[in-house]
Amino acid sequence: MKPSAQLGWRAGLISLALFGCLLLVWHLATAPKESARIEAGVGGGASADDEYAKLMGKTSSSPAKTSGFPGLAQMGETIRKELAHPFYDNGPNDKGIGIQLGYSLARVGLGFAIAAVVAIPLGFLLGMSPLMQRALNPFIQILKPISPLAWMPLALYTIKDSSISGIFVIFICSVWPMLMNTAFGVASVRRDWLNVAKTLEVTPLRKAFLVILPAAAPTILTGMRISMGIAWLVIVAAEMLVGGTGIGYFVWNEWNNLSLTSVIFAILMIGVTGMVLDLLFARLQKLVTYTE
Amino acid sequence: MDKAFLTVENLNKRYADDAPPVFEQVSFSIDKGEFVCIIGHSGCGKTTILNVLAGLEAPSGGVVIMDQREVKGPSLDRGVVFQSHALMPWFSVLGNVVFAVRSRWPDWSRAKAEEHARRFIEMVGLQGAEQKKPSELSGGMKQRVGIARAFSIEPKMLLMDEPFGALDALTRGVVQDELLKICSATHQTVFMITHDVDEAILLADKIFLMSNGPHARIAEVVLNTMPKTRTRESMHHDPQFYRIRNHLVDFLVHRSRRIQEAGAVDLVTRVVTPGLEESVPAQASDNFPQAALAS
Repeated sequence: MKPSAQLGWRAGLISLALFGCLLLVWHLATAPKESARIEAGVGGGASADDEYAKLMGKTSSSPAKTSGFPGLAQMGETIRKELAHPFYDNGPNDKGIGIQLGYSLARVGLGFAIAAVVAIPLGFLLGMSPLMQRALNPFIQILKPISPLAWMPLALYTIKDSSISGIFVIFICSVWPMLMNTAFGVASVRRDWLNVAKTLEVTPLRKAFLVILPAAAPTILTGMRISMGIAWLVIVAAEMLVGGTGIGYFVWNEWNNLSLTSVIFAILMIGVTGMVLDLLFARLQKLVTYTE
Repeated sequence: MDKAFLTVENLNKRYADDAPPVFEQVSFSIDKGEFVCIIGHSGCGKTTILNVLAGLEAPSGGVVIMDQREVKGPSLDRGVVFQSHALMPWFSVLGNVVFAVRSRWPDWSRAKAEEHARRFIEMVGLQGAEQKKPSELSGGMKQRVGIARAFSIEPKMLLMDEPFGALDALTRGVVQDELLKICSATHQTVFMITHDVDEAILLADKIFLMSNGPHARIAEVVLNTMPKTRTRESMHHDPQFYRIRNHLVDFLVHRSRRIQEAGAVDLVTRVVTPGLEESVPAQASDNFPQAALAS
């Protein structure tokens, strides 16, 4: 216990130091004096930018803003403001980060749940029947590598609802890892356990729920964890495409507003949410894992 | 023969059509309450025979009849103790046994099944460990849970595939004593595979000796002539123990191979009582010229 705790402390210290370095580099890179010097070094770029700024009706009275990339102070201000009121709603283009994340999470949750309902029973079938495994394998192998966003036009055309299309895209991207892992987990349940079930004349339903499911659960959960990871990656892109609500739309909207602080803030929130989701599945995985 | 509890007739198994049979002409019978051990070198098909008896594997030919019914597929009438204990790691000790009990009596209440299971866990001396997971148990304890599970369904016959193969000598002795006690208390019919000659002499009423495979067969049935009251501690003081032991070891070292090489067909399985050879019919030993030479 002691050496591992010590290791934790040391790792934490290094993490903090790295974080400090990162902030320092950010600060130095975005400090007005520093950026001016870099621009001068590049050459004509600086004057062109100045002219462009003048054309746009801005003067260089606020150099931090015109240099583009936000500094630490601005970042902190945005984070503070956004986190103070995460759930405000001032119309379609101005919603708090909490609401946007909520939309995204709801879409991911729904698409993921439907995928689980389809993939886990189907995976059981594939894992238990080599015949079905072989029969369905060509379909799976072709459908699996398709980028989920490639389905978007087809989904929009057939479903005619952008929000449901988003959910469909999440469904289609989370279904494959769950399907493959469930099939693999079910197919590789130890022979001994199945033989025990056989000699005890266990009914198929009891066998499925009391032997195969717990035996394959760690593998199934691994599939779900991978699926959730992919779904969270895809939702941002999908929402950028369909627009309206969600964290992906938020990022795109703030980009259109040229509010880089909000974009960076949203990126951070996407990362944190993704991490929380992954930790949640790691916890679930730990619950069903058994030691032999 | 026809009133025997279990009858096996002319069993054989080949894994490929062009390959020689692993074993052939395997016929034997086991009476109710009898403890039978089967010994033979690896590859003679012991485990296959046990799997056929369990109904987990189909023979290429021959029949198994238990209690006047043909064995086809697994059944709760035959409990199996697996070599690798095969406990389900997500169940506790109690859960593993209850799983078996509820498979046998699906309409029992949970409480009744648990009570029944506890009785068998106690029988193998594991009271207090009911809530433990198999991963928290030693090898010997795991195997005892496997035995409790097999006994808990009160099978007509118990099949054991080298149940103590993975245990150290001390633990093995303890679990053997446990098994002996339970079997004599319940008059359980047992068919057990072992590699351990001493174990066979301690536990078995009859020891089947198999010649080497392929073309393996049951060459001899050795009747255990030691008193039923034998114990692990005192057994080796009885001169009869060594007569049986030497007979078994001789068979494994020399004769199991010679019988295979001789390849004679239609051999009658010889029944021997080492140390009391005068009781063996003269004509029986004539079937084995090589065997007679060796002994």
